[in-house]
Amino acid sequence: MSLKGMLSIWFFVGCLLTIYGLLILIAGIQDYSSQQTAGYVLPGLHLQVWWGVGLFIMGCVYVVRFRPRRTK
Amino acid sequence: MIFHTPALYSLYMAGSSLMALRPVDLAIIALYFVLVLGLGLYLRKFANTGEEFFMAGREMTAWIAGLSFISANLGSLEMMGYAAATYQYGILIGHAYWLAAIPAILFLSLVMLPFYYICKTHSVPGYLQLRYGEGARSVSAVSFAVMTILMSGINMYSMAIIMKVILGWNIHFSIWVSSLTVGIYVMAGGLLSAIFNEVLQFMLIWAGCLVIPIAGLIETGGWSGMVHRISQNFPGQDFTHMWRTMGSAANNPMGVHWTGMVFGWGIAISFGYWTTDFLVVQRVMAAKDLRSAQMGTLIGGFFKMLVPLIVIVPGLLALAVLPFKLVPESMVNVAGAHTYNEALPLMLARYCGPGLLGLGVTALIAGFMSGMAGNVSAFATVWTYDIYKPLIRKTANDAHYLSMGRWCTLLGVIVSIGTAYLVMNFSSIIVYAQALFVFFIVPMFGTVVLGMMWKRTTPAAGFWGLLTGILFSCSLWLWVKFDPSALRYVAFSPHAKDMAENVYRAMWTLIVNVVVTVVVTLFTTPKPEKELAGLVYGLTPVPSMGDLPIFKRPVVWAAALGVAFVILNIIFW
Repeated sequence: MSLKGMLSIWFFVGCLLTIYGLLILIAGIQDYSSQQTAGYVLPGLHLQVWWGVGLFIMGCVYVVRFRPRRTK
Repeated sequence: MIFHTPALYSLYMAGSSLMALRPVDLAIIALYFVLVLGLGLYLRKFANTGEEFFMAGREMTAWIAGLSFISANLGSLEMMGYAAATYQYGILIGHAYWLAAIPAILFLSLVMLPFYYICKTHSVPGYLQLRYGEGARSVSAVSFAVMTILMSGINMYSMAIIMKVILGWNIHFSIWVSSLTVGIYVMAGGLLSAIFNEVLQFMLIWAGCLVIPIAGLIETGGWSGMVHRISQNFPGQDFTHMWRTMGSAANNPMGVHWTGMVFGWGIAISFGYWTTDFLVVQRVMAAKDLRSAQMGTLIGGFFKMLVPLIVIVPGLLALAVLPFKLVPESMVNVAGAHTYNEALPLMLARYCGPGLLGLGVTALIAGFMSGMAGNVSAFATVWTYDIYKPLIRKTANDAHYLSMGRWCTLLGVIVSIGTAYLVMNFSSIIVYAQALFVFFIVPMFGTVVLGMMWKRTTPAAGFWGLLTGILFSCSLWLWVKFDPSALRYVAFSPHAKDMAENVYRAMWTLIVNVVVTVVVTLFTTPKPEKELAGLVYGLTPVPSMGDLPIFKRPVVWAAALGVAFVILNIIFW
């Protein structure tokens, strides 16, 4: 059997983490800029922003590293 | 491996949902479903033969084999159950991830995998057929198939209940949407789909749940701050030492002596599970070569050792920071009460804002779904190769067996849904499922390891040792069920809890299985050595890895894993 030509699982992981990172980052920025009381503890840590950035960067690394390569 | 399954019926009776999801959380969940379905349909074109569908072509790298190996074990039911158990019993539950995993994983990687891999068997029952003949294979295949489908249904039901409690979702919606999604992607891509989704699940679980220990330890001021708060909230109780209280069953909340922990949980149950449960072993058998299979197992072992960070620590944090005490399932109807089983969801709700909450919930859903996918793909393999092919239709071409594999995947999903509804009406089935697990998996370990290590073991001994072990385990369980005072013989204490009874029963079962196998061997005829080549120690040429650079040799990484295991046990003594 040949897995030649199959996209790496890490490429799909990267795509998902990139999108998730972006969504969480945007949600975090919206939360930060809204004046509503957070329904969770430690809102001052801005975990959504940090986590969103981290996931986005990690996702981009995986997407670039495991992107489909053109065969010669 | 589950010993603390949430009392799901009691969760079902609980009040309103714990969390409210925002649109961004729902988008994150929906995106996961779209991706897994798309992945399954994409992988369909790479699963066109039996080897590709059932064994992922045996081309997995060490990392993918290792991460799927550990993900097949790391289900959401276990995560929530052990977080709940940590709230009850403290850090003792950490033994599930260290003592009850690492030694067995090392043994699988260094000792047993060469035999599984070299003989090119499709499954653990397949190994038993090669070693002992059809009798042993049939007993193990049928028991494994039943257990796997039951666990798949329990998984689905558990997910539906938990989604109802934490999110207020309709139970039927959860069961059908998740089951059909799993069914589609496993029917399409077989083990390849299941493995890819397990890798995805692994990343999501860490991405979603790591927030809790980070935020929680910041809130408490670190580990010592957390320990201080626990001692203030629960004066006089020790929740943060793993071995200190095991000198006597009366000294620790679990009611178990260290002998039961080491010989029952650490050896009998854990070796039985990690070395013979086909659901996990299948993942490393799909590796591209023996070294990748061994390294994949060890990679899984390193990550397994880290799992307490996202399961045990949240349970301890719940003891430290929650402003109310969680209660047993029997008190779930008390107004405003939250049960032990809600420990992990409560901590998710405590620290996760919009987006992060969706990620955490997606991680839990992914854990449940990949648990079901793993069970269904293992069921399809065992049914097709160990029951259908040898007993029903011996001579058919590969395309026929591939088609059977796809259809019995669908059958497995439908039966799982049926099991989920059965469990909904008879919740005690979950308790029986846990007992079933010990009935079958412990004797299987004794039978397989004696077969691998001792060429004298005869086919008759393999069959009778396995069957006797299963029947003995059932008998011990029934004895305690009908006469609870029997616990003083089985578990050396009339006050032993369920978990302690399980571990001691496993220990006695293994002893009986080994004794019967040895005795029957002495009075029966072994197979000729030429029929045992590739199956037994001493008759199996294992490829040497001495020419590899030192950092690529599995034995070196196994030593590192062993040392890390010892250090962690000393630190948390």
